Amino acid sequence: MIALENVVKSYPNGVGAINGVSLHIKRGEFVFIVGDTGSGKSTLIKLLLKELEPTEGKVRVNGVNLARMRKRMIPKYRRKIGCVFQDFRLLKDRNVYENVAFAQRVIMTPTKEIKKNVPAMLSLVGLAEKYKSYPRQLSGGEQQRVALARALVNSPDILLADEPTGNLDPKTSREIMKLLEEINARGTTVLVVTHDQDIVNTMKKRVIRMQKGIIVGDERESGYIG
Amino acid sequence: MRLSTIGYCLQQGFKNIWRNKMFSLASTATMAACIFMFGIFFCIVENFQHFVREVEEGVAITVLFEQGTSEEEIQEIGDRIGQRDEVRQVVFVSAKVAWESYKDVYFKDMPELADGFVDDNPLANSANLEIYMNDVASQQGLVDYISSMDQVRKINRSDVVADMLTGFNRLVSYVSVAIIALLLAVSVFLISNTIAIGISVRKEEIAIMRLIGAKNSFIKAPFLIEGVVIGLVGASIPLGILYYLYNRMILYIAVKFGILTNVLNFIQVNELFRTLVPVGMALGVGIGFFGSIFTAQRHLKV
Repeated sequence: MIALENVVKSYPNGVGAINGVSLHIKRGEFVFIVGDTGSGKSTLIKLLLKELEPTEGKVRVNGVNLARMRKRMIPKYRRKIGCVFQDFRLLKDRNVYENVAFAQRVIMTPTKEIKKNVPAMLSLVGLAEKYKSYPRQLSGGEQQRVALARALVNSPDILLADEPTGNLDPKTSREIMKLLEEINARGTTVLVVTHDQDIVNTMKKRVIRMQKGIIVGDERESGYIG
Repeated sequence: MRLSTIGYCLQQGFKNIWRNKMFSLASTATMAACIFMFGIFFCIVENFQHFVREVEEGVAITVLFEQGTSEEEIQEIGDRIGQRDEVRQVVFVSAKVAWESYKDVYFKDMPELADGFVDDNPLANSANLEIYMNDVASQQGLVDYISSMDQVRKINRSDVVADMLTGFNRLVSYVSVAIIALLLAVSVFLISNTIAIGISVRKEEIAIMRLIGAKNSFIKAPFLIEGVVIGLVGASIPLGILYYLYNRMILYIAVKFGILTNVLNFIQVNELFRTLVPVGMALGVGIGFFGSIFTAQRHLKV
């Protein structure tokens, strides 16, 4: 499903963020990408979202070489990838319902379907009761659930989570990870970039370890330390 | 685009204007000022051209013919000239009519002196054509054409009036075009600034839209709507004010300066605004649309 072949990404100032990464992730896998700050994890996410172009090598998603993708096809491609971030990135002037519906609005889903899909997704993340609340009225964990609902409402093939528990306490972090596991069990490929050793050690999933832009470890059912 | 999507974009466009109240207001005010100035120049130029047309209608070329040219021949030449595009009217003045009008002017006080010429018209060879044109500027071309005819002896024309009218008309048009172009540039700049600020205010939302997979057209649509609405409002207000003021001005001049109305015949308000309203609205919407589309294009790259 996701394949990187000798990918190099250098920034114009000459700094190399990724220095020859190759990896394969199968459909339906749950993968952690771990590493220190500056190890190239976030650059990897940006390459997968086609926010950045690799300097060398190939990035393939669903068999498509992203370098050959036409500009006008990028929005359509991104609809198949859900994203959640450490800072949630919710629209502060819209309530929970509107934040999730927003993801469907931008891809021009008919209102009738939005009215059906959004409550279903809010039930899945356990926020059906709070659909009228605004982000400022929610806890960090609840905000991350809204972000998850928004990422999932368009039924993506892949879910990319960049430090999803970075701003959460351990208990809430475990709840969010449990939710991600449920989503993965429904068939969505999940890629989680994290620093959180406890979470990685508890979940026993595939762990790809990065250091200074290269992969230094790739083990199944591993822990943070390996 | 689905109806619900169009509705959503419209709603977002209006929200943008509301969120960005002060800048939207500034843009609308500038746009209104520009369209108001444009309207004033339009009224001046149109009325001036109207006066010029009225004056031009009184300016004629007189064509005199060689001795021996029969009145039938002159009339035939008149018909030929009358078929030309730049000619509005050809009046045939027979020798008899020419003498009558000469007599009325020069023998007014001693008509008995003129009686000596009853059977011998001194202007027997003065049958002529008076030619009125649609546009004084085309006078030279017509004179060249008529001069090339063998029967023509002399052409009387007013170069001074023709040149003055043409020159002044051109000057007014150039000055108007220059000032309007300047005002339009200011309007486009301000609309562009308002849209750019709107884009920077919604930076986060736009970034999320991109990640979710919104098409560029969907991201841009609310900004285009914002620009067009500012253009529409910015054009409607000054057009309404101008309509009221122009009407009042014509009435005021008619009442206070009755003598002037015989000289300066203003275009009626409805006739003038039949052109000014669509042109003004198109200008407002056009500036709004293009101002926002260029800005959105520049600031919203995938």
